[in-house]
Amino acid sequence: MSKHTIEPEKWIDRYSDYLFNYTISRVNDREMAKDLVQDTFVASLKSMKNFKGEASERTWLISILKRKIIDYYRKINSKKGKAEVRMDYNSDEEEGSWLEERVADPFDKTAEDTLVNDELGDAIYACLDKLPNKQAQVFKMKTIQGLETETICNELNITASNLWVIIHRARTAMAECMEKNWFN
Amino acid sequence: MKKGFLFISCEQAKHICDKAQYHEASLWEKIELNIRYTWCRFTRAYVKKNKQLTTVIQKSRIDCLQNNEREVLKNEFEKELTKQL
Repeated sequence: MSKHTIEPEKWIDRYSDYLFNYTISRVNDREMAKDLVQDTFVASLKSMKNFKGEASERTWLISILKRKIIDYYRKINSKKGKAEVRMDYNSDEEEGSWLEERVADPFDKTAEDTLVNDELGDAIYACLDKLPNKQAQVFKMKTIQGLETETICNELNITASNLWVIIHRARTAMAECMEKNWFN
Repeated sequence: MKKGFLFISCEQAKHICDKAQYHEASLWEKIELNIRYTWCRFTRAYVKKNKQLTTVIQKSRIDCLQNNEREVLKNEFEKELTKQL
């Protein structure tokens, strides 16, 4: 079996978006997600000697990130225990005194939804990895970040027709890849 | 009726379909696309796949870093990398 190599200088370009997506779907706080991803990269750098090459770099980084996320929740929960509990929430004028505001939201994501979304996110990122860098970058900016055409053109110094050609190629490749990896 | 009026090529139809996924196609372009859609099976196949991709991406609620956020992360990481090596 071929051993995987480790190339930390390429980590940010290759894995930062994937790790960020993985984190934000679990912590739901953009700033915290960025911090956790950064901590993961730094911790991985420090424990590079433990990388045996049996799993891919991405799998190894995710295993470190998972521990960081668990630590984050442990820290939050230990703080919660010490927090003051407010008992005056029932006053008539205050928002949230209705009973239905206190029960669990039935439209909230279930564990099954989260699992399907994780798998779908993985499939999309696996397809994005196969695109040339420029196509992946433009596709992410337009489709995931939802940026205006003009903003992307200015940032990347390309014309609008150039952008649409790139988008067309990226969408065609993504649709084919998703057809193989997700729909079938 | 002059040639080209209301009738667009398959490539133009795909281009309009791409723009429509980002709500950037005009009403006129949508009409042109719909006319071609009625008789061109290649356009129909492309529209179907393209819409499917849009739906699946929206459903996934996938997220990624903004370019400036990635730059900050990269700069911080490079500092650590220099220290380490």
